[in-house]
Amino acid sequence: MKSDHHMILRVIAKCFIPLIMIYGFYVQFHGEVGPGGAFQAGVVIAVAIILNALIFGLSSTMKAVPPVFARTVAAVGVMIYVGVGFWALLKGGLFLEYQALFGEGPGGHHGQHAGVIIVELGVLCAVAGAMVTIFYALAGRVAEIRDEDW
Amino acid sequence: MRELFTADAGPALINITLLAILFIVAIAIARLRSLFAIVMLSGVYSLVSAAWYIAVDAVDVGYTEAAVGAGMSTAVLLGAMLLTARTAKPEKPLKRLGPFIICGATAVMLIYASVDLPGLGDPNSPANTGAGMTYMHVNWYDMGIPNVVTSVLASYRGFDTMGETVVVFVAGLAVAMLLGFGERSLAETLRSNKKKGGKGKGGDAS
Repeated sequence: MKSDHHMILRVIAKCFIPLIMIYGFYVQFHGEVGPGGAFQAGVVIAVAIILNALIFGLSSTMKAVPPVFARTVAAVGVMIYVGVGFWALLKGGLFLEYQALFGEGPGGHHGQHAGVIIVELGVLCAVAGAMVTIFYALAGRVAEIRDEDW
Repeated sequence: MRELFTADAGPALINITLLAILFIVAIAIARLRSLFAIVMLSGVYSLVSAAWYIAVDAVDVGYTEAAVGAGMSTAVLLGAMLLTARTAKPEKPLKRLGPFIICGATAVMLIYASVDLPGLGDPNSPANTGAGMTYMHVNWYDMGIPNVVTSVLASYRGFDTMGETVVVFVAGLAVAMLLGFGERSLAETLRSNKKKGGKGKGGDAS
């Protein structure tokens, strides 16, 4: 068996990374009723990926979450946000006027709820993708930390 | 002496303890020369200040500080540190005098200005009586969303948040444009692994 200097670290990280991911999504979808929101959730999810890169090596993380995917997600996030604006525009409202999304009268909240949730999803994608892209750009320049160097 | 044990003593004690830890960590960061220790201590600083933000009821700020300051920027600083040497050069003691005087003057001015600040949680402070109160009143009727922060960010100021999102995206894009997308290291790792007969994962990208 290959000697692994970081057995405990890696086993514990394996347990924690999914938890961090779930927590990120909790922050995302709980943003309407509690503290936090898409910016924080995006960073938390990006941190889960970065933790994976720090502990299991950059190349295996890049295979799991390719850099192309990360920057595509960032761009798609911005497009989702802007897309909601144009959706409202097409429905006859103002840019980003969520009230117009389903054409409800005053007092209706479905448009607001849907608009906020979709927009936050766009922010999540943009922030997580951009953070992972920045990390890849920085980490891709250096020789990876070897197991013995820790 | 008796006033120390009233109901307000607990929160005050927590505040003083957290701020004392922050002070000690800041002094340690200023004195240390090992970059690795400094990066780790700046993570500790962010974490303690996040705890302090939560202690003074700024939960959202604390959240952001914990996620961005302690999580993200520590990882990015680690990556940046690996690009350079592990230690900083020692500096001449006289050169510290100028920054020290500037910091001291700023501290004196800040303390002088803090006398005019409203108390923590004061309902009559300008922040709580102006636009903030209006949002609190109209939010439920307009949105039906309990969290005012979310509705202000996403709906009342949707344009603003759109700009922030674009800024984050452009920042990521700019860093990637300047430093490369990091794919070269991936390709190199794959190639060197293939040369060695596909040893699987393991880090020798050098």
